[in-house]
Amino acid sequence: MKTFGGPVLFLDRADINTDEIIPAKYLTEITKQDLKPYMLEDLKLDGFDPKGEKTLNARVVVSRENFGCGSSREHAPWVFEVNNITAVVAESFARIFRQNMFNCGMAAIELPKADLDLIFSHAQDADASMSIDIEAQTLTMTGGGKQKSFSFELSPFDKALVLAGGWVDYADTKY
Amino acid sequence: MGKTTAEKIFAAHLVDEPFSGTKVLKLDVVLCHEITTPIAIDDLIARGKDRVFDPTRIKAVIDHVTPSKDSKTATQAKILRDWARRQNIKDFFDVGANGVCHALFPEKGFIRPGNTVIMGDSHTCTHGAFGAFAAGVGTTDLEVGILKGVCAFREPKSIRVNVNGQLPKGVYAKDVILTIIGKIGVNGATDRVIEFRGTTIDAMTMESRMTLCNMAIEAGGTSGICMPDMTTVEYLWPFIQDEFASKEAALADYQQWTSDADATYEQTIEIDAAALVPVATFNFKPDQVKAVTEFSDNRVDQVYLGSCTNGRLEDLRIAAQILKGNKLAENVRGILSPATPKIYREAMKEGLIDIFLDAGFCVTNSTCGACLGMSNGVLADGEVCASTTNRNFNGRMGKGGMVHLMSPATAAATAIEGKIADPRKYL
Repeated sequence: MKTFGGPVLFLDRADINTDEIIPAKYLTEITKQDLKPYMLEDLKLDGFDPKGEKTLNARVVVSRENFGCGSSREHAPWVFEVNNITAVVAESFARIFRQNMFNCGMAAIELPKADLDLIFSHAQDADASMSIDIEAQTLTMTGGGKQKSFSFELSPFDKALVLAGGWVDYADTKY
Repeated sequence: MGKTTAEKIFAAHLVDEPFSGTKVLKLDVVLCHEITTPIAIDDLIARGKDRVFDPTRIKAVIDHVTPSKDSKTATQAKILRDWARRQNIKDFFDVGANGVCHALFPEKGFIRPGNTVIMGDSHTCTHGAFGAFAAGVGTTDLEVGILKGVCAFREPKSIRVNVNGQLPKGVYAKDVILTIIGKIGVNGATDRVIEFRGTTIDAMTMESRMTLCNMAIEAGGTSGICMPDMTTVEYLWPFIQDEFASKEAALADYQQWTSDADATYEQTIEIDAAALVPVATFNFKPDQVKAVTEFSDNRVDQVYLGSCTNGRLEDLRIAAQILKGNKLAENVRGILSPATPKIYREAMKEGLIDIFLDAGFCVTNSTCGACLGMSNGVLADGEVCASTTNRNFNGRMGKGGMVHLMSPATAAATAIEGKIADPRKYL
């Protein structure tokens, strides 16, 4: 199983699409590692720097509604993975992106808006960090001397995929 | 209790329900292209599982960047080509025979009512026009589909969109779907199937139904679905005439997939076709839609006609009708990519290609190319494109560029005037 948690990258906007996460012109790369420099290159968000320290140090992305909409490209989860981001926490996800995350053994965690508002209140904290416990289905947000825990829902199938490390071996054994 | 088309297809293809709410379905068709498939192929090789569940149920095409533009795209094409040969995949379409996947595969008769279809491409929802459940998936789901012929889904609820009445002059399927997306939003149908019903849809060609279903994903939809009818049978007849004694027999068989009258929908939306107007998108999301008459002096640098949304013959006919005898505005570059070689050839026979060339258009081969900023018409920073494609995301057709989505008719009128224009005055 992958490890989850660490410094948080706050992307305070709804409908962040996969073209913004990894532009199509980079889909000609044959290895996942080659995608690494291009993460979030076309993200339209005031003050966001794709090469900034907060971006490069992040282990968790926190965002709003409909994260990962648009293209089916699994390159979007992959570009996060090769940049050591293994979890995205958002109010909701586009179907294909969410499934791609779990299929890769990563986590796409949904939280209600009220919880996310509390998490986003840490956006200016230099030490904003999140720990995630997949088994217990809880996450803890730390920053600015404060700490708060939240519980989240995960379908048994999604959880099984994270624990198994992905869908290919699971399916080949079973079907 | 009655069932929707999607529920019937799920029930007929269910292999396993490993957990409540997760359904593993048997796949009828697995479609592949050279952008998302090579990594799946490489991963299967690395796992020592370089095999396919059934080569006759796998269809592959090189379409996103073709002919290859550089070493990287040539390598992607080669991986897919070598694999298709090695795995004995007969329905493989290479340079000279290739076209935009969601236009080419239907044209070959590969998709039938009641089918389950996946592809590593979000616009796979297009094929729901045939009364199929067709969903875009990522590379891992595609890889499992190739290997085992199954895919897992959360069973989607259906949203029913009733479109009734006659479309006014200058209003087309593209205007209908953009209006619907504008109404329900970019996540209005997430994890849902959009079922398109009503007399307007009944009167539509398969091409128009594909345009509708194609953009279901822009509202987050898993699949668009239209009910199979005689229009569906007529379109498929060259491919199915040995399977059925008559068209009526084919229709009777296909109608088993029609949603029951007492099926349950999460939501029903009513659209009065007669009240619709030509529309286009503004800004960077496909739900940001307004009437073309609300645009004022929105100048464009490029007009693009093509793609899996609107690169079919009827689209070219509509645009040519408006362009005939007219020239591109001075500030505009025009690019046409007929979606398949067959469409290209028929457009040539009908004299449509001459009309585009006379107007000053560049006519390219069939490829996805410019739609996703890959090739054949990428925008420069600050440039604006009027496009018949499906996405207006920031940077979609080129870094720093902007895209206005619209129908082929509106794109043609815009090409003439050099700014977003109302097609109705040309009809």
